Amino acid sequence: MYSKYHVKQLSIFSENRPGRLAAVAKAMKDEDVNIFAFSIAEGAGYGVIRALVDKPEKALEKLRSIGFTVRFTDVLAVEMEDRPGGLHDVIEVLGRAGINIEYSYAYSGRKCAVMVMRVEDIDTAAQQLLGAGARLLEVSQFT
Amino acid sequence: MSCWEPRIENMRPDELKALQYRHLKTLVNRLYSFSDFYHGKMRAANVHPDDIRSLEDIRKLPFMSKKDLRDGYPDKTFAVPKKEVVRYHASSGTTGKPTIVGYTQKDIDSWATSLARSLTSIGLGSDDVIQVSNTYGLFTGGIGFHYAAEKIGAAVIPASTGNTERQIELIQDLGVTAMAATPSYMLHLGEVAEKMGVSIRNDTKLRVGLLGGEPWSERMRDRIEEWLGVKGFNCYGTSELSGPMFSECSERDGIHIWGDYAYVEILDPESLEPVAPGEKGEMVLTMLQKEALPIVRFRIGDISSIDPEPCPCGRTHPRIKRIFGRVDDMLIVRGINVFPSQVQHTLMSIPELGEHFQIVVERKGALDTMLVRVELKREAFTDNIVQLMALREKISYRLKNSLNVGATVELVEPGTLPRFEGKTKFVVDKRDI
Repeated sequence: MYSKYHVKQLSIFSENRPGRLAAVAKAMKDEDVNIFAFSIAEGAGYGVIRALVDKPEKALEKLRSIGFTVRFTDVLAVEMEDRPGGLHDVIEVLGRAGINIEYSYAYSGRKCAVMVMRVEDIDTAAQQLLGAGARLLEVSQFT
Repeated sequence: MSCWEPRIENMRPDELKALQYRHLKTLVNRLYSFSDFYHGKMRAANVHPDDIRSLEDIRKLPFMSKKDLRDGYPDKTFAVPKKEVVRYHASSGTTGKPTIVGYTQKDIDSWATSLARSLTSIGLGSDDVIQVSNTYGLFTGGIGFHYAAEKIGAAVIPASTGNTERQIELIQDLGVTAMAATPSYMLHLGEVAEKMGVSIRNDTKLRVGLLGGEPWSERMRDRIEEWLGVKGFNCYGTSELSGPMFSECSERDGIHIWGDYAYVEILDPESLEPVAPGEKGEMVLTMLQKEALPIVRFRIGDISSIDPEPCPCGRTHPRIKRIFGRVDDMLIVRGINVFPSQVQHTLMSIPELGEHFQIVVERKGALDTMLVRVELKREAFTDNIVQLMALREKISYRLKNSLNVGATVELVEPGTLPRFEGKTKFVVDKRDI
């Protein structure tokens, strides 16, 4: 029942060398894909580029065709009030419920700030957040 | 106390040949009777002990290679009953399994005597304090020098590898005069000493470096001598031969291979015919007195040449020049032999990895570093950085276990390692030695 909140994030494996991010960005541009948010996580000698886009399937196909190792990862996108305490309101709920955030990043959306998060049990997290009155973005809102 | 046997070491060349022939006869008769492995090899080559009628007839005997030892794992190539084995050592093999070397008491004694003669030929003796900074354990480098140094009556410090600051303290406090190590470790020690404010040249009595286990150049030798005041002596041996067995004498112009223990042939690696005297070629060794693990016409893989001139030190036994290179793709990293096939074997046992890999060896400061770059399979990619890190650690751990030398692992995108005729170029050696 929470699958409409499973936002498909692109996770791209990339070596840490100049030009890789540019190659990703160019592929998105060529396919007319809009990027809402992205982040880069750094490993040792490699990184994982994570992005939310408006046409995830198209983006995935394009990136694969030019040799990238890409997969979808389901994440939650939570709206936050763009004011002091906005972040606290959201994560306090998860803390109380004993839900650990694997990673997270945020972007400034059209109406308000959005926090993107990866958690192990995505449905429990969605349930807790909705129960506490948080606003989760639905997959359809990204297309 | 010393180990100086002029009756043998200064023997006339024709007498030495006669002695070698007698040892060879005994060896071949013994192996034909007691070694299933070598008996089978001789039968396959259609050679009988009676066919060996001169030293030159050694060329009728079949070759042995590292593959024979691998196929015979652990002890199928041994030629004595198990109860006569008093020691095992192991060296990394070309794939997953190590090569096991067994020793009888006589093998241990010959090993120690051979290297003790070499140390004596350098001028070392009971007044010396010798720090052995080669690894002790299954590897033969530490224990080999240890026994030889004791045999000449020197005081031995079994320092083994690592903890360089403490090694330098011991060199100062115990008045170390000679040290066994790899040449790159010797340079590393010099660098660490400088950082500690210790001058090896002025603040220690260290004057002799018993150096080997890895390729090194005359340039490195000069640098060690000029900078540290330590004369480097080239040492040679591998675990198959028993361990470190030979070194240069005080003349420092070639390594004496004691002819009563070993017979050296230098062959053209293609035709397997002897090269002209003094020419470079593939070294093939026969250990004339070895009992537990016989080594007959062993293709050790090193390229060298025999210096035909008599040595000014008076010793008549043949000298090989330094090792010029390898006939195969074996690498030596921090004194440890590494075959790309071993790396491949280890990586193939990890399901997340593709088949392509690359080994990059560099010398940073004085020490070698090895980087293994390997392609992650598409299916194995996870968005979870922690899992990727754990995979990287697992690969490092497995490599360290199988190679006995640490490697940094880099996960790369599939399809990105350079390919040559469909295969990855396995090794990039950036060392300038």
